[in-house]
Amino acid sequence: MRFDSLADSVGRTPLVGLPKLSPSPDVRIWAKLEQNNPTGSIKDRAALWMVQDAEKHGRLAPGATVLEPTSGNTGISLAMVCAQRGYQLICVMPENTSIERRQLLTMWGARIVSSPAAGGSNEAVAVAKRLAAENPSWVMLYQYGNPANAQAHYETTGPEIFADLPTITHFVAGLGTTGTLMGTGRYLREQVPGIEIVAAEPRYGEVVYGLRNIDEGFVPELYDAAVLTTRYSVGPREALRRTRELVEREGIFAGISTGAVLHAALGQADKAVRDGRRADIAFIVADGGWKYLSTGAYAGTLAEAEAELEGQLWA
Amino acid sequence: MAVQVRVPTILRNYTGGAKSVEGSGETLAALLSDLDAHYPGLKGRLVTGDAGDQLHRFVNIYVNDEDVRFLGGLDAKIADGDSVTVLPAVAGGSAAVAGG
Repeated sequence: MRFDSLADSVGRTPLVGLPKLSPSPDVRIWAKLEQNNPTGSIKDRAALWMVQDAEKHGRLAPGATVLEPTSGNTGISLAMVCAQRGYQLICVMPENTSIERRQLLTMWGARIVSSPAAGGSNEAVAVAKRLAAENPSWVMLYQYGNPANAQAHYETTGPEIFADLPTITHFVAGLGTTGTLMGTGRYLREQVPGIEIVAAEPRYGEVVYGLRNIDEGFVPELYDAAVLTTRYSVGPREALRRTRELVEREGIFAGISTGAVLHAALGQADKAVRDGRRADIAFIVADGGWKYLSTGAYAGTLAEAEAELEGQLWA
Repeated sequence: MAVQVRVPTILRNYTGGAKSVEGSGETLAALLSDLDAHYPGLKGRLVTGDAGDQLHRFVNIYVNDEDVRFLGGLDAKIADGDSVTVLPAVAGGSAAVAGG
């Protein structure tokens, strides 16, 4: 496959079957390998769409500065897209973010502003909103509320999955900004009546939920519960166990959040088997495992790995 | 009929610091009312609306790890031995892996 530039190669990722983890020939599980995107995660889609949308609406001109609360994959994707187009990127990220993340962002030319570790991403969002108010010329793309984030999946992820798997019965993905589930879910619902759209939400250690009070909570503006059929909370033990199963049994080396998603997908598969229904369950592998090696997720016993993850934002 | 309810850090001032409390009820609403009898004020932090008939926007409650908003909300059925988890809604998504 040939493309004019790296950004043009975003998307069109493989959908691969899981012959060992699928329970039967009638109940099959399929993995959408988003680590095959240019910077190694599904966020390349949202980053590219948000930047293109801002350009189309005149919000971004050459030399502009882009601001985003992200310590993870979205920052890396935006850094790549912004560097290609001559924009400066400033990422607001919790100060306890891993050294790999900082090195990757710096390598692609992003500047990093740290937010307090306590409060996690909530705090990063708050700091970014304050910086945006203080610097009106900076452009915050704001992945949690930018419709272009979901639109990327409505226009690409959804159609790709449906083209590869027209018999799809379930779509399962992680719930963060909610962009993947909202966009892909809306598209697939239009194409496949009765399809089940299932969210897997990582359940972190207690420190991550250390808000001062409930009213400081956060629900992404993009989130519309009506798109989902159901939503599961998946803890670190199950996420780690499934992440390891995926690489040991199917050879797919994925990030930890993918383990949580696979756990929910396998739950749907079990249910289909019990109900005697056929099922084609597609789930999202959001990224590869490379960036998480230092967390200890892939070494030692599950209990040791779980202890290492305590207090970390692992998805 | 007993159900274990996991309580997040910010609400433990209502449970005398307990991480997990036991309650009973055939629906989530009944369970929360039962808890409120033992831990006054707890229910008021979880529900909103004039009649207290809606889950607080920033509160997520899971029965056996499934979000109750997809199981009938406060009308969700609760069975003996179920595990109920209460969590505040926080920003996830492309978040940090800490450490390092």
